[in-house]
Amino acid sequence: MSDPDLERGWIDNELGEEFPGLGLWLTRVEGGSGRSPELVRRRLRQLSNRITGGHVIHMRQDPVPWAYRVFWRQIGIDPDTDRTPVEQIALDRLRDGGLPSRNLLDDAITIATFETGVPVLALDADLVGKAVGLRTTGKKELLGGSGRRLSTGQIVVADEDHTLALLSGEVAVERGVTKSTRRMVLGAVQVKGVPLISVEEALWTVADTVTVGG
Amino acid sequence: MPDVLDQRRGALGQGPPAAPPLVPRTRPDERPARRTLLDQIERLETEFSSLFVSAWPRKGLAFSVTSRGGPRVLALAELEQLRDDLSREVDDARRTLSDRTWVEEQHRCRIEDMLLEPEKHKWVRVSNEDIGEPGCKHWHVRPRLGVLGLFMNWWRIRISSGCPLAMGWGASP
Repeated sequence: MSDPDLERGWIDNELGEEFPGLGLWLTRVEGGSGRSPELVRRRLRQLSNRITGGHVIHMRQDPVPWAYRVFWRQIGIDPDTDRTPVEQIALDRLRDGGLPSRNLLDDAITIATFETGVPVLALDADLVGKAVGLRTTGKKELLGGSGRRLSTGQIVVADEDHTLALLSGEVAVERGVTKSTRRMVLGAVQVKGVPLISVEEALWTVADTVTVGG
Repeated sequence: MPDVLDQRRGALGQGPPAAPPLVPRTRPDERPARRTLLDQIERLETEFSSLFVSAWPRKGLAFSVTSRGGPRVLALAELEQLRDDLSREVDDARRTLSDRTWVEEQHRCRIEDMLLEPEKHKWVRVSNEDIGEPGCKHWHVRPRLGVLGLFMNWWRIRISSGCPLAMGWGASP
């Protein structure tokens, strides 16, 4: 399978000036979620076997997870309380003793995030506008257009009309991937210190996994 | 004295009205200050992470700086507050770790002494945790041959073989 095309999302001026290395990369994929095939489950098991306590402790010094930790801190999130996605996966693995399969999309995101350190979010392409980017919220905005109220100044992934997800990963329920989803938009946030190749690999891994089962 | 005060009050009341406070025509550019603060936070976070890794597997060291309700662009004052909090936490963590490692070094020296002259350290027990290492290994000075060694002052050091197995040998398969 050929690598899917990546497109760069727009970045609000204020955000771009504040965080020069910030970027949003997107790719559109035909397909939805569902039950994971055995190949993906096996890959998840192999991944799980590679995660050890020492590995998790030292993870925060690896370049990519470290870059997200720093960014989390700079945007007012304590990464020791609200973990970066890659650290959360590793911690869940230690706590649960494995990485249980949930569904094809979640499994694909888990594999890609752990392999690259780059968090990936997925949206239903039919419920999302054409221009997706990053901005801060104005007054009285709702997550996804009709979800919970967001406070002013929050950093969100948004299209022309609605907020779609919080930068920290919470996706609006009404814009997320469901059983009826046929096409998806995958997005990955690049921050200072994260090479583009890691972002590309994360998006391609998810795209590959959901289209051809890994 | 009251007369003088009355005169001054009168003078103040009769003078021209106070000029309105000066408002700057241009807003100061916060960008350089913000950039510096973000860089400082980055450096402190790096140090914080390396201290956390150095501290492992020691217990009881708290590593947390309160969340600021993100993800959002923090105000300048909030960035300063975050930088100060991080700096304080890093200092605390460094000091605590330094104290711990000093105590651990003392325990290591004690183990050497116990090995050389066990009779001078009767019944002393030092564990891996005391020297900042993972695992359940411990060094214990005990009398050789039980009660006989106790009366004859024959002492030796026993080194445990590590953590007990999760399942005993006799457990059914």
